[in-house]
Amino acid sequence: MKKLTSAPYLLWMAIFVVVPLFMVAYFAFTDQSGAFTLENIIKTGQYTPIFVKSIAFAAISTAICLLLAYPLSYILSTMKVSYQGTMLLIIMLPMWMNFLLRTYAWQTLLGNNGIINNLLGVIGIGPFKLLNTNGAVILGMVYDYIPFMILPLYTVMAKIDKSIIEAAEDLGCSRIQSIIKITVPLSIPGIISGITMVFVPAISTFIISKMLGGSSNLLIGDLIEMQFLGNSYNPNLGAGIAFVLMIIILIVMAVINLIDKSDSDDKVLM
Amino acid sequence: MEKNIISLRNVSVTYGDETVLKNINLDIRDKEFVTFLGPSGCGKTTTLRIIGGFLTPDTGTVTFEDTQINNVPPYKRNINTVFQKYALFPHLNVYENIAFGLKLKKFKKDEIHKRVSDMLRLVNLTGYEKRNIAQLSGGQQQRVAIARALVNHPKVLLLDEPLGALDLKLRKEMQRELKKIQQQLEITFIYVTHDQEEALTMSDTVIVMNNGNIQQIGTPVDIYNEPVNAFVADFIGESNIMNGIMVRDRLVNIFGHDFECVDTGFGENNPVDVVIRPEDIRLISPDDAKLCGKVTSVIFKGVHYEMTIVSDDFTWLVHSTKAAEVNSVVGMEFDPYDIQIMNKMEEDK
Ligand SMILES: Nc1ncnc2c1ncn2[C@@H]1O[C@H](COP(=O)(O)OP(=O)(O)OP(=O)(O)O)[C@@H](O)[C@H]1O
Ligand SMILES: [Mg+2]
Repeated sequence: MKKLTSAPYLLWMAIFVVVPLFMVAYFAFTDQSGAFTLENIIKTGQYTPIFVKSIAFAAISTAICLLLAYPLSYILSTMKVSYQGTMLLIIMLPMWMNFLLRTYAWQTLLGNNGIINNLLGVIGIGPFKLLNTNGAVILGMVYDYIPFMILPLYTVMAKIDKSIIEAAEDLGCSRIQSIIKITVPLSIPGIISGITMVFVPAISTFIISKMLGGSSNLLIGDLIEMQFLGNSYNPNLGAGIAFVLMIIILIVMAVINLIDKSDSDDKVLM
Repeated sequence: MEKNIISLRNVSVTYGDETVLKNINLDIRDKEFVTFLGPSGCGKTTTLRIIGGFLTPDTGTVTFEDTQINNVPPYKRNINTVFQKYALFPHLNVYENIAFGLKLKKFKKDEIHKRVSDMLRLVNLTGYEKRNIAQLSGGQQQRVAIARALVNHPKVLLLDEPLGALDLKLRKEMQRELKKIQQQLEITFIYVTHDQEEALTMSDTVIVMNNGNIQQIGTPVDIYNEPVNAFVADFIGESNIMNGIMVRDRLVNIFGHDFECVDTGFGENNPVDVVIRPEDIRLISPDDAKLCGKVTSVIFKGVHYEMTIVSDDFTWLVHSTKAAEVNSVVGMEFDPYDIQIMNKMEEDK
């Protein structure tokens, strides 16, 4: 019975997850003629600086998202229940706009003749170079991905029983101490999934870097896109880079989960 | 007599358009064991939350040792709470839960260890130090909650139905332990329960609540023997509550017969409520009695028999060590001081 009901999902997984994975792997380890080769993987090595930069950008954006989203989610979860839904809706509203449109909006805001520089001009400073900088790319990433951090954090925090916080305060915790000693440890699952949901798309992001970082500001995502759609057409190399990226993401996730595990083991041992 | 440690003056709380506490006034003396007793939803937990600092009353003042503390946050009050729903920290084990308050107060490690171990012994959970909270039964969780609050030796301990999840034997045992601790450590206990027997056996003072109002404050003996109204009489122990007419001081008329009593100050020819406890009624020969009735049931209760006797459409509850025959006609008598006269309750104030 169980087997029967899970069959459609297994089929779905096979067609849309397993098969594409195998195809990426197949392309990554073959050349144009279809013969086995390690060339693509080895060639990926020459893009190490771009890999490093992409990982750094993704890590920085994830960290900023976490720092911004955590207090916000906390405040949200302590608000009157009837307000929480409305506030969440307002926060999520920009998400309903197309992602390209949002990025274009930032382009016009940040440009040399953009609104921000014009406003600064009024009070006699600037114009500053805002567009086509690393900062602009990170800003774009944070703006686009922060809802994926807020949602899991808020969900976990809203589930923490209020009486547990009250008990902590009863035993002598100030508000800040109760956050550190109770809310943070109990929201670790939310932190982990928030990091995952921001870091993974951020590390393979493209377009944002191109639109806000300028054409010279390449990230891995752009690099992979070029191998498939650009003039340096080379699907095998593209698959090779994608394959290496996947391995990197897997390692990062494994490390994060390991931290989570050791943390919960502590609880039992102490 | 000890001085007051906590006082509430004209305290009211309203949620939406429902007033759940109506002008509460009470004083709690230092080192006293005070119990709030009342039916579900009458406002016991709400009153405790005000004392603990989790709720600010809409009107009125709360004072602690003569200082107004309406807006003092819980962590600055020398009060600890055993919550009705335990509220244990799920990410900490039993030991860490109990040690939580002491660690915050920066106690030395060996002092913490000693106190926690003592507590664990007290609540019968030695050996459970490293257990996860999720791996405990309801009763065990409840005992951890008691230990977690008590270990801090607060001046005042609030206990919201702390023994609700325990079986009868453990419950009795914990009742004795709690009472002993309260006397040894000289902590003021403010205790909430539904269980009138628990309230009567443990407390120095009982506060009977109903519907957001305090009905009566008194010693267990006072509350039992001299309930101020039919609600209290009915809630505390079994009782016969009937309509009567106060003919004049020391004379009351029930079911058309005049009875001597000891109460005064209820006016003349005033309708009153009359309470007579089942154990105060003696069965006598119908020939010698003003009140006669037919026995409709006899149930053996261990120490005594519980009988119902119908007379003038009123069903009397009588406890006696001697059983009467079902369907026989018996007479009933009682002494003047066993008749308790009460004012009629104002309709839902
Ligand atoms: N946060 C709240 N919002 C609205 N109404 C509430 C709230 N808390 C309590 N009440 C209401 O206040 C009344 C008193 O509640 P309280 O918890 O003090 O009762 P209680 O005497 O402790 O009952 P129990 O013995 O069942 O625990 C109830 O009618 C309850 O519905
Ligand atoms: Mg309650």
